[in-house]
Amino acid sequence: MIEIEKVYKSFGKLEVLKGVDLTVARGEVVSIIGGSGSGKSTLLTCINGLEPIQSGHIRIDGTDVHARSTDLNKLRRKVGIVFQQFNAFPHLSVLDNVTLAPRKVLGMSRAEAEEIAVRQLSHVGLADKLKVYPSRLSGGQQQRMAIARALAMSPQYMLFDEVTSALDPLLVGEVLDTLKMLAEEGMTMICVTHEMTFARDVSQRVAFFHQGILAEIGPPEQIFGAPQHLETQKFLSNVR
Amino acid sequence: MFDTAMTWNDLMFMLRGAGVTLWITAIAVGGGTALGLVFGVMRSALSPWVTWPLAFVLDVLRSVPLLIQLVLANSFQAIAGFGWSPFVTSCVGLALYTAALCTEVVRGAILSVPETTRRAARSLGMTWAQDQTQIVFPMALRVGLPSWINLTLGVMKDSALVLWLGIIELLRASQILVTRLQEPMFILLVAGAIYFLISFPVARFGERLEKRWREHD
Repeated sequence: MIEIEKVYKSFGKLEVLKGVDLTVARGEVVSIIGGSGSGKSTLLTCINGLEPIQSGHIRIDGTDVHARSTDLNKLRRKVGIVFQQFNAFPHLSVLDNVTLAPRKVLGMSRAEAEEIAVRQLSHVGLADKLKVYPSRLSGGQQQRMAIARALAMSPQYMLFDEVTSALDPLLVGEVLDTLKMLAEEGMTMICVTHEMTFARDVSQRVAFFHQGILAEIGPPEQIFGAPQHLETQKFLSNVR
Repeated sequence: MFDTAMTWNDLMFMLRGAGVTLWITAIAVGGGTALGLVFGVMRSALSPWVTWPLAFVLDVLRSVPLLIQLVLANSFQAIAGFGWSPFVTSCVGLALYTAALCTEVVRGAILSVPETTRRAARSLGMTWAQDQTQIVFPMALRVGLPSWINLTLGVMKDSALVLWLGIIELLRASQILVTRLQEPMFILLVAGAIYFLISFPVARFGERLEKRWREHD
């Protein structure tokens, strides 16, 4: 379970998260929507400790992410994150991109890591690209590789940060299909997204962020059908 | 074509000088690169408030002409009673000069690695050291190598300045022959050819590595 409790986060004087509370249960898919600068992506980077927080708590299965005693590197094995930019390691082949962390972080042998990598890459439809370097892949393929790379660590939670935003519209579908597949398999996911159809069809709950505050959260039917908060109504009328 | 008084022994004398040039260059580039790596990583990873004394010293080493540095280093070691030979003094002086230039090459190459790529590595549970060795260094190497090759070739030519400390390297050996044989054109041509023959493989090696890496880009 991911428990976010009264989280405040600022960059200098700019307050980005202003007391966010959110709990995500095992197996749940929560989509976060909202305008640019509303703090959605920052929340994800705070969840796996890439960014420190000023106050509040984020707990993953009871472990306080930002406690001094927490081994973040160990915790991050549980929580995969995929970013808007694909962040491929350009000097490594697709297979090596995926096997690197299992080998170096989990201490697997090359053979073990490759077995997992091939399985994950096949899962995201890249079985024929193992020896290819990232520069030879399309944006959609690079993003699917990034998803396979995160999945190869066998995380219990996955965070997706606008993973389709940097893609050509033609390539968005293939990445969303991969996310849908993961959701159907029961992966716990928090997806920051601008894809309203995806948020409505795949998530159990949708959260609307506005100016660093979780303004509204509820089942997709409520958020998209009968939004309560004025800002949610405004946002949805603009994106539709 | 040439009517020269230069003998095989003279050529061997120049080649021995070239050997000294190679030795000094190898030691200076080896030591300077090792130091440059450490300083470059420090300057890219630590706050400027922490590294400013280092940055200041490196700026001085980069700004003051090498000849002045070598002469001062030689005087300083004599006053301090280190008892270093001119060869050791030359190697230390050149290595520090190389380190100052190499630090900037390393720092620039490390900073060229996108922050987001490093974040992705850390998000997979990699430690800072694993991120550095598995992601940052291999990516930075591709960016920094051409500058490092230039630096190495530059240091090899700059190493001629150690003749002022009395070391007979390639240029000093050529000067001695010019004085004796009075054939400056021919002897300097030979010296230039030897410098070229030493430099060429280094430059080619760099080009081959770059070409191999480019195939993946």
